[in-house]
Amino acid sequence: MTAVSESQEAVSAAAPEHLAAAQLRRRSAWRAYELVLWLVAVALIFLLPSKALLLTEIAIVALFAVSLDLILGYAGIVSLGHGAFFGLGAYVAGLFARHYFTEPVTGLLVAGLASGIFGFAASFLVLRGSDLTRLMTTLGIALMLAELANQMAWLTGGADGLGGFTIGPILGLFEFDLWGRTGYIYSLAVLFLAMLIARRLVHAPFGLSLKAIKANRVRAAMVGVPANSRIVVIYTIAAVYAGFAGALLTQTTSFVSPDVLAFHRSADVLLVLVIGGVGYLYGGIIGAIVFTLLRDWLSVITPQYWMFWIGLVLVVIVLIGRENLARWHTFLPAPVQRVFKRAASWRPGVKLGGGG
Amino acid sequence: MTAELLRIEKLVAGYGEARVLSEIDFTLGEGQWLALLGRNGTGKTTLVDTIAGVTTLHSGTIRFAGTDITRMRPERRAAAGIGWVPQERNIFRSLTVEENLTAISRPGPWNIERAYGMFPRLKERRGNLGSQLSGGEQQMLAIARALMLNPKLLLLDEPLEGLAPVIVDELLGVLRRLVSDEGMSAIIIEQKARKVLPLTDRAVILDRGAIVWEGESATLLSDAGLLERHIGVAGGKALRVG
Repeated sequence: MTAVSESQEAVSAAAPEHLAAAQLRRRSAWRAYELVLWLVAVALIFLLPSKALLLTEIAIVALFAVSLDLILGYAGIVSLGHGAFFGLGAYVAGLFARHYFTEPVTGLLVAGLASGIFGFAASFLVLRGSDLTRLMTTLGIALMLAELANQMAWLTGGADGLGGFTIGPILGLFEFDLWGRTGYIYSLAVLFLAMLIARRLVHAPFGLSLKAIKANRVRAAMVGVPANSRIVVIYTIAAVYAGFAGALLTQTTSFVSPDVLAFHRSADVLLVLVIGGVGYLYGGIIGAIVFTLLRDWLSVITPQYWMFWIGLVLVVIVLIGRENLARWHTFLPAPVQRVFKRAASWRPGVKLGGGG
Repeated sequence: MTAELLRIEKLVAGYGEARVLSEIDFTLGEGQWLALLGRNGTGKTTLVDTIAGVTTLHSGTIRFAGTDITRMRPERRAAAGIGWVPQERNIFRSLTVEENLTAISRPGPWNIERAYGMFPRLKERRGNLGSQLSGGEQQMLAIARALMLNPKLLLLDEPLEGLAPVIVDELLGVLRRLVSDEGMSAIIIEQKARKVLPLTDRAVILDRGAIVWEGESATLLSDAGLLERHIGVAGGKALRVG
């Protein structure tokens, strides 16, 4: 008997609860592509020190996109105003640093808390109505917040933005440097921790119930899934993540302007998810890499028309992907798909039989 | 005498302004199985959906396990112990078999391994998406999913509909085990009365949204004239039940 089959029998002989837990653990085990992605992200600290500012931007956009993926990809809630939470987090981090405490981790937590509270309150609005209602509601919330930031110049600096503050060393130990290296490491660490938590959430029964809600909210309720309370929870968590992303932008640039609440923020992050694919968390990261690099490259070679090319890329992706944007890889030749699937789905540990 | 689990009094319900059920009254004891019979369009599914909480309830009361659930939301009813297996199965097609079961499981004697024990075929297909299952497998998954709620009452809406005879036999075997071993209560809707009457203690026949006959299943099973009069097809072909 091989070691693997012995392990399988041992697992099968275990108490049912233990087996179910083992199955959940295996489902949430790290895939090969995830390990490679994080190793590359860490290696870039040393390999591309001159591109640290760009890498920081990618990490921030990725966190923002992961936040949107939690509600769009898992719970099926469309939003055109997710930038509201990003912008709120950005302003709170700036104001906190200016008036209270310059240590960035504290500022990050405060910004996340503020966005989370706002997200919790807003979640009750998205519970009502259909997708179109939600699009308009979320857009309306973002527009109101943007106008408030613009008009409350005494607090936010208005159209000129909020500056004149410095961000202290991270945990009192690590100073932000001019080249953005510390900022990148800090943003990457926050993104990694946020992804750790998000992975646990989406692979737990809670995450599966969100998928059930996305498939059919009424049907999910009829088989015992408390759809409304789950939506409130995930919307609040997503708002906290967006707040973190906004705070990171403020802390790594030491400046906030009403641009953080502009409509294009919400539209861009939707575009990022469309590029990377929804409903598997890493779509946000992959989309952020492609989108930011594409924007950086296009804005250099064609400064006036880069939005045109981004738009063209979006049209092509949507035409190819149709309604199934998360499965764009199905358009690759079958042998290539098989290689990709095998490499991507490889996980360490014992296989627990079945298809699992 | 068994304790009362479900009591329905003067129930008037339907969809929106349309009233399908009128003045329905019946009770169900703990561990009892009830066959809900009648021709197409007589209100059987509406009655079960009303117990699950997804129709418009105009008047009347529903008490479950001593609690008034008349105005309770569907998810609260499910949490209180009402497991629902809808007519169109309604499994989550984008989730795997295992995810369908895990997503809604609640603490209790029914867990994923026990569900697989009841339906070994589901264990074989645990990694397959709901959309990749056959009709029979989808029905098994719908029943297993309802069991994962650890219900006190199972609502089965035409669980044998559209299935191959061999799958029907397999599912009837499962239902028999649930009756004999689990002590669970159930309301089962089925067009072919003779297939389910041997499993149930009592039967209710609906016509035009009202109860027209209520009594022991054995009485109904032995009276072909009664079946013919109310259901019209003598309750389907006779079935040997072991």
